[in-house]
Amino acid sequence: MKSTTNRTMSQNHPEPQTGAPNNIAKPFPWHILFFLGPALLIYISISVYPLLDTLRLGLFSEDETGATFFVGLQNYGNLLFNEFWSEPFWNALKNNLKFFAIHMALQNPIGLLLAMLLSSPKLRLSGTYRTLIFMPTMLSVVIIGFVWQLLLSPLWGISEDFMYNIGLGNYFDAWLGKESTALITLSLISVWQFVGIPMMLIYAALLNIPEDLTDAAVVDGAKSRHVFWHIKLPLLLPTISMVSILTFVANFNAFELIYAVKGALAGPNFSSDIMGTLFYRTFFGFQLQQGSPTMGAAVATLMFLIILTGVMIYLFFVQRRIQRFQL
Amino acid sequence: MLAKQAIAAPAQSWKTAFLNPGLLKKASVHTILIVYTVIALFPILVILVNAFKTRKAIFNDPLAFPDASSFTLVGFTEVLERSTFDVFFFNSLIVTLLSLFFVLLFGAMAAWALTEYKFRGNLFIAILFAMGIMIPIRLGTVSILQLMVDLHLVNTLTALVLVYIAQGLPLAVYILSEFIRTIPKELKEAARCDNVSEYKIFFQIVLPLIRPALATVAVFTMIPIWNDLWFPLILAPGESTQTITLGVQQFIGQFVTDWNAVLSSLTLAIVPVLILYLIFSRQLIKGLTAGAVK
Repeated sequence: MKSTTNRTMSQNHPEPQTGAPNNIAKPFPWHILFFLGPALLIYISISVYPLLDTLRLGLFSEDETGATFFVGLQNYGNLLFNEFWSEPFWNALKNNLKFFAIHMALQNPIGLLLAMLLSSPKLRLSGTYRTLIFMPTMLSVVIIGFVWQLLLSPLWGISEDFMYNIGLGNYFDAWLGKESTALITLSLISVWQFVGIPMMLIYAALLNIPEDLTDAAVVDGAKSRHVFWHIKLPLLLPTISMVSILTFVANFNAFELIYAVKGALAGPNFSSDIMGTLFYRTFFGFQLQQGSPTMGAAVATLMFLIILTGVMIYLFFVQRRIQRFQL
Repeated sequence: MLAKQAIAAPAQSWKTAFLNPGLLKKASVHTILIVYTVIALFPILVILVNAFKTRKAIFNDPLAFPDASSFTLVGFTEVLERSTFDVFFFNSLIVTLLSLFFVLLFGAMAAWALTEYKFRGNLFIAILFAMGIMIPIRLGTVSILQLMVDLHLVNTLTALVLVYIAQGLPLAVYILSEFIRTIPKELKEAARCDNVSEYKIFFQIVLPLIRPALATVAVFTMIPIWNDLWFPLILAPGESTQTITLGVQQFIGQFVTDWNAVLSSLTLAIVPVLILYLIFSRQLIKGLTAGAVK
């Protein structure tokens, strides 16, 4: 492609023909190395290599001196079937799935609704709403965790008062402190914080939909409900599925919120334990249990496999189907 | 006749406006958006407001603004005395700015190389970077820690900067590649015809052209770095290298019962981000919509 444009250009302008031999002789492309080298060096040595090394380390075990030796799949056998390891593992996985399910059920629909409202034509203050609603997303998960911990604290009673004022006082409870509600409450806090991401991405996608398309439908007599279900929503599907996979990865990699609010033990009684906190405890240890890099690596490998599975499903099924649809 | 019409017209327009379904719809749109804005902001505001109140006022009337009798800065003085907040803040600033600079520079350079030049391994490298968008760098923590121990970089800000550059590059390369592809070929070819070097083409023509994209990438890169707890906790937990997120987390862990101090430390962590956000939000949204309008 490039060479053809070069040729046509040099035919049009006699001047550059003197420089034409440069295109034929091929010296070592130093400039490519210069442009690509730094990024590649840092990315491979600090991201790609450690990840591969972690996958390798999961097949090893260590003794008291710290010396490692090959044990094959023994770590994984322990994690999946040996009660001491498997009970926390399956608990964390189950909790993580719940965490993700709550995000999917709430974050995308709310984000979609807000984006639709924000994109309504000639809406005043649209930019202000957008900026303000997105604000919590910018703050640290740790800070948000503490903020909600204070707000929901029965000690301060601010939520309790609020519930009384709207007539729901009897329903107030120390949600973060109860085994049955801690995880749900933490999920809701996370949804509250990150709803800005689907909102922003879907909003940008909505702006991308050509007006001719919706106008034509309206001229043809389509109601706004139909325009939404049959034109806008299908065109938004790539964005929505992208948001979903981003949420999936973020959820199965989450750690900060649980750690900030409930500590590394993810209490009460591990009811808010997810893969991230399990990974941290296994790797670093806590209280009586000693940390183990190799077991930690094994947990990380399983997290990697879970995330990889999700990404693969997204790439091969969701995105391929959408591409066909778009064409 | 004319006068009659003139009198009737406003009345009619008022009537139609009131019954106009468009206006009603507009009002309900605003109502929902306002309610959600309040939901999004209220929790943060409550923290900010109460940080400036006495302990008694915090508990007696948490929703009131501080007045002459309840206003106090005791929480802030406690935080600044009992912790090295200035150090935390400075550490976060250094780490974020350095990482950001290198992510943008190296990311733009790599994006340019991958989109502009055909060479063996181009596709493989592009896919390698793309995978980094989806696979969190956190999963390699065990080996990253080992690597940093071997390099004697534990408890240094360098370790954090290196990790954050690696963390930010994949998305930067992806977004910037998309933008570089939209630069018209003629521009580059014209420069090449004038025997302008590839380096000059990139730094003097391409880089200025992708400035809006750089701003977008900057915001996307900056936030996770500033807010991260994981890597500071594992790679640089030492007193002198704590970033603000870790510093606040540790501080609150120690002074749980001191409400003034807790609220003030949260406020000190929130306010700089809010200010930065208000400055950069326009850039961010511009970047997003610029990509969308194209």
